[in-house]
Amino acid sequence: MTDSTAATAPSESYRGAVWAQFRKHKGAVFGLIVLGLFILFSVLGPLVWNPEKLTVVEALKSKNLGPSLTHPMGTDQLGRDQMQRMMAAGKVSLAVGFVAMIIAIFLGTLIGVLAGYFKRLDGPLMRLTDMFLALPLIPLLLVMVMLFRDDLSRAMGPEMGAFVLIVFAIGVTSWMHAARIVRGEVLALKEREYVLASRSIGATPRRVILRHILPNVISPVMVAATLGVAEAIITESVLSFLGLGFPPDFPTWGRLLFEGLEYMQMYPERVIFPGLAISLTVLSVNYIGDGLRDALDPRIRGR
Amino acid sequence: MLTFTLRRLLLAIPTLLLISLVIFLLVDLAPGSPASEIPLTVPPEVRMKILEALGVNEPLHIRYLLWLKQFFWVEPLNGFDAIFGTNHAEGMQRIISYQSRSPVFPLIGERLPQTLTVIGTAYLVGVLIALPIGIYSAYKQYSLFDQFGTMFAMIGFSVPTFFTGTLFIIIFAVWLGWFPTKYDTTLVVTDWDSFLTQLRQMAMPVMVLGLANAAAISRYMRSSMLENMSQDYVRTARAKGMSERTVVLKHVLRNSLIPVVTVIALGIPSIFGGAIITENLFGVNGIGSALIQAIHGNDLPMVQTLAFIFAILIVAFNLIADLLYGVLDPRIRYD
Repeated sequence: MTDSTAATAPSESYRGAVWAQFRKHKGAVFGLIVLGLFILFSVLGPLVWNPEKLTVVEALKSKNLGPSLTHPMGTDQLGRDQMQRMMAAGKVSLAVGFVAMIIAIFLGTLIGVLAGYFKRLDGPLMRLTDMFLALPLIPLLLVMVMLFRDDLSRAMGPEMGAFVLIVFAIGVTSWMHAARIVRGEVLALKEREYVLASRSIGATPRRVILRHILPNVISPVMVAATLGVAEAIITESVLSFLGLGFPPDFPTWGRLLFEGLEYMQMYPERVIFPGLAISLTVLSVNYIGDGLRDALDPRIRGR
Repeated sequence: MLTFTLRRLLLAIPTLLLISLVIFLLVDLAPGSPASEIPLTVPPEVRMKILEALGVNEPLHIRYLLWLKQFFWVEPLNGFDAIFGTNHAEGMQRIISYQSRSPVFPLIGERLPQTLTVIGTAYLVGVLIALPIGIYSAYKQYSLFDQFGTMFAMIGFSVPTFFTGTLFIIIFAVWLGWFPTKYDTTLVVTDWDSFLTQLRQMAMPVMVLGLANAAAISRYMRSSMLENMSQDYVRTARAKGMSERTVVLKHVLRNSLIPVVTVIALGIPSIFGGAIITENLFGVNGIGSALIQAIHGNDLPMVQTLAFIFAILIVAFNLIADLLYGVLDPRIRYD
């Protein structure tokens, strides 16, 4: 690029450049729209779609209905409106995905930064990461849920207890990839001149990390975070699917699918709707991650 | 190479010990203790005797060491005895399942063949689908086939196996009626007909897992091929006038397979651990479903043993993948 074109090119902000690149990725835009629709569906949906509470007799009459205008997704074996359940379930599934991702990214970044910045901690922390990577995670998650579910639900109520347990369990078993990525970045950044300059004027490690290192590891962390949401949603639905997730009156998409299994042969839509919701959400989150990776990579951006 | 192997083997020992401790403590310190399984009508002195017989009122470190000894010494000795008809292990206490009151290892041994036939075939099928797709996608980069392959891989990553499994059941078993919904483990293959039945009942779990595995492996194959396609030696081979077939299938493919083989090796432990859902869905009573049953039945020794076996497999195949890399790629030297 010559000087003259650089001068005439409109000066664009970093964010603008990333967004422009992101928009070029068709899958990522599709993902953003679909994920947005699902969030709207589960957060604002209940405000719009709020069928009246049925009496026992009405519920008995309206059980196991197929999709119709009054019940767009049919009703379940207790006569509950399936669309209302899907909205409530979506809220929980998405919340689990995001909160578990935040825990995993926080842990991963913390461990990655400590291991990358402090040489003494590098060995032990990386051995710890390797050990976690060698743990059989799904079996351990199942064991954790089975063993601690009753105590936590006694302490915090069945709903909050299950939520805290599952989110925490998924979070502490999925930070390893983020930690490895962050450590690698920090190892490289630590040797850069501006970090040396900052240290030479007496900045404390805390200040160097918070002010100079963390802002520069944000892009890989963001990509890892996006993919983490997808992973967490799948893990939660696996737990629910195996009957070790949330209690029955606190549905998630995985739980609805699990309940629908019994009636699969007669009413396949009861399995298909929650399954489609999980698959589409995960697919769109994965596409967003793909698009973000391209958009945040300066070698691809601007080509 | 030998020193590297030895060093890695020695390093694996503390890792495995630490993992065993984590698994043991997690399962053991949890509130679902065997004491809570005994009915309250049982008088306290009998309850004490039961606990004593189960060996659960010993201090923690003694129970941990005993479990390690049983796992690494008593059980292999028993296996040795069973093969050679000796009786070295006589009188030693084995790891006993709370559910069936019989040793854990034979129970696992009974279930292993089902897992290996169904899940192993699925992995094989997955690899066999993935390699051609990956090769052709890379050869015709950005073609229609490549874009379709990318989409297929993305969907394969994203759609969880329990959903593809249920969809397959609805389509192929309920609507079309081609395959049975449940896997019949009592089926013995004796003649052509029973072999066909076996094939039909294996079809759906194999397809579900095979597609999921194929998605990931085809991506690795594609990117590895692409990396090699633009190398100088490929141009040299073409310049020598070799046919495209020889260039792609001999020169490029051989070099691209190196990282893919290690990825395939790394995926093998997940055959055992990750197939829990598929086994559960189709009613294959392999070790994945054994784990679920043990978890639901509070069978701590079974859960500990199975989880630790999974961990050993992961560590072992990590090591094998590292070694394979060194064996296949002469540029990599560990010394």
